[in-house]
Amino acid sequence: MTDEIPEIDSASGSGVPIRGNDIDTDQIIPARFMKVVTFDGLGEFAFFDQRYDENDEPKEHPMNEPQFQDAAIMVVNANFGCGSSREHAPQALMRWGIDAIIGESFAEIFAGNCLALGIPTVTADHETVTELQDWVDEHPDADIDVDVENETVTYGETTVDVTVDDAQRKALTEGVWDTTALMKSNADAVAEKAASLPYVDD
Amino acid sequence: MSGNAAATTASYRVTDMSEGTLYDKVWEEHTVSELPTGQTQLFCGLHLIHEVTSPQAFGMLQERDLEVAYPNRTHATVDHIVPTSDQSRPFRDDAAEEMMAELEQNVRDAGINFSDPTSGEQGIVHVIGPEKGLTQPGMTIVCGDSHTSTHGAFGALAFGIGTSQIRDVLATQTVAMEKKKVRKIEVTGELGPGVEAKDVILEIIRRLGTEGGVGYVYEYAGEAIENLDMEGRMSICNMSIEGGARAGYVNPDETTYDWLKETEYFQENPERFDELKPYWESIRSDEDAEYDDVVTIDGSELEPVVTWGTTPGQGVGITQPIPAPEDLPEEKQDTARMAQEHMGVTPGETMEGYEIDVAFLGSCTNARMPDLRRAAGVVEGRQVADDVRAMVVPGSQRVKAAAEAEGLDEIFTEAGFEWREAGCSMCLGMNEDQLEGDEASASSSNRNFIGRQGSKDGRTVLMNPRMVAAAAVTGHVTDVRELKEVSVA
Repeated sequence: MTDEIPEIDSASGSGVPIRGNDIDTDQIIPARFMKVVTFDGLGEFAFFDQRYDENDEPKEHPMNEPQFQDAAIMVVNANFGCGSSREHAPQALMRWGIDAIIGESFAEIFAGNCLALGIPTVTADHETVTELQDWVDEHPDADIDVDVENETVTYGETTVDVTVDDAQRKALTEGVWDTTALMKSNADAVAEKAASLPYVDD
Repeated sequence: MSGNAAATTASYRVTDMSEGTLYDKVWEEHTVSELPTGQTQLFCGLHLIHEVTSPQAFGMLQERDLEVAYPNRTHATVDHIVPTSDQSRPFRDDAAEEMMAELEQNVRDAGINFSDPTSGEQGIVHVIGPEKGLTQPGMTIVCGDSHTSTHGAFGALAFGIGTSQIRDVLATQTVAMEKKKVRKIEVTGELGPGVEAKDVILEIIRRLGTEGGVGYVYEYAGEAIENLDMEGRMSICNMSIEGGARAGYVNPDETTYDWLKETEYFQENPERFDELKPYWESIRSDEDAEYDDVVTIDGSELEPVVTWGTTPGQGVGITQPIPAPEDLPEEKQDTARMAQEHMGVTPGETMEGYEIDVAFLGSCTNARMPDLRRAAGVVEGRQVADDVRAMVVPGSQRVKAAAEAEGLDEIFTEAGFEWREAGCSMCLGMNEDQLEGDEASASSSNRNFIGRQGSKDGRTVLMNPRMVAAAAVTGHVTDVRELKEVSVA
């Protein structure tokens, strides 16, 4: 594999606030849209049941509002992405246009899936996040800068400290978030490890 | 330890880490290297795959011109989309048929064993792994499914992973992971009559919260856990993820070993049992192991727990009042208000009497033999209430066959239950088994998220299998302990 994995030091763009704790991956991408063998086209189904009624008519939802259509930074609350391990969830958000997510906390499998796609999931406390969500409502076209390397988020005149998990920061900024080739290069050590395990008999 | 040069304890990032636990030992045993990110490259002893989360990973392998590195340590089944009524091919649902065909092609090309519906051993991935003896103590197990934590019941470290990680595992048989803290959850005392493993885990999640386990792996211990059968331990470990924990496990003991002996692998390779037992014993948490946190719950105080809301943490004892949102911690109040509106429940009342339209006995949480036996004990001699649609979806073809051999199918069908083929079914509504409109279900599954069972207005009440049976026959949420002439010992 010769493809370079991009180093992701930062992400920026306008924001979209998605409020509420415990937003699960069934909400982010309902299971019926997972009856597919590729991730292509999942973007339009992100948060589908929150965004459309039974007749597929749009409901009130930030992702339906014209001012948020170009958003790249999603601002969420606590335990975002809990539930199912479906990578379809971050895939749908990414394909809708999201490059980074700022939140109070993330479910771990979801955050891991985001990392595997090069999407930073940075955290800040409740007050910081709600202030940012309110600011985004008032400034839907203004950019938010997520500095992964320095663990800050800047919007308007404000810069706040955020937390980026150490491994995530290194993986993103050093361009090692796609781990396949890296781990493949240790194939001999893997084979040795396999041979050393008592239960491996093949 | 051999072949483990790269990782040293000194390089772990967290300083106050647990020591001497099963987690620490199995982690160390499977460490291949330390990655530049500080993550550990962990060997995966078993990789289970299914039709929903693997096809894209096989696609990525193809794009990169990579092959499946360890097909013999990979095992496939089909469960999420498989119909539970008519399984003849092609499936009626074109999308389901396409996913099935894709999986068949992928496993054939890679030489991966596949428990397909013609094998007599197909079923939910977390039911068949243990059944076949693929799941063993001291293993690392991964699968593109969050309920992979189920396998921790055997003292394995089992994690749900995403599709890009599936790609990693297919290509390298390893996964990049960060080490977590270990919280010991000690459930003391004896569980009361009618109280099951499901109630224990719903209570744990209620107390510690749906995100209480973030950053942790849960070790379940204590008298009440040790006294559970393997199926009960699986129910508990299964829902670790609903509490935010990356994995959950129980230390292996004689109950584990007795169960393993009966599995396909050890029936066929009995000599392996004695060869492996010393390893299994060696990875048990030490008596003086250090934990990052310890929580104790008095199991003797528990009663059957049911959910009143739309997260698994929104549970309540069957005789206890549904909490008022304002009595909950501030960060839980909005979610509780929305959940109570969705469910149409009133604070101060109990869940007893909440009317249901559907009773679903199934899922990787509660669709094994003891679950079906206990539920059948409640159903026997009774009839499903008018207007209630009740179904049993066994966890695997083997569970189904064993239940039929005991005549459980007749008990259920005579009472008015549908007796279905094995699969995930209405747990997540990816096949035709779905709630309609605002139907309410009494469900032995693991998630009551809005929309989870196929209808975005549907309402799910999680409970143990006997409670599902009780709700099916009365037509409303019922304290099974109060049903007359039923043994709940």
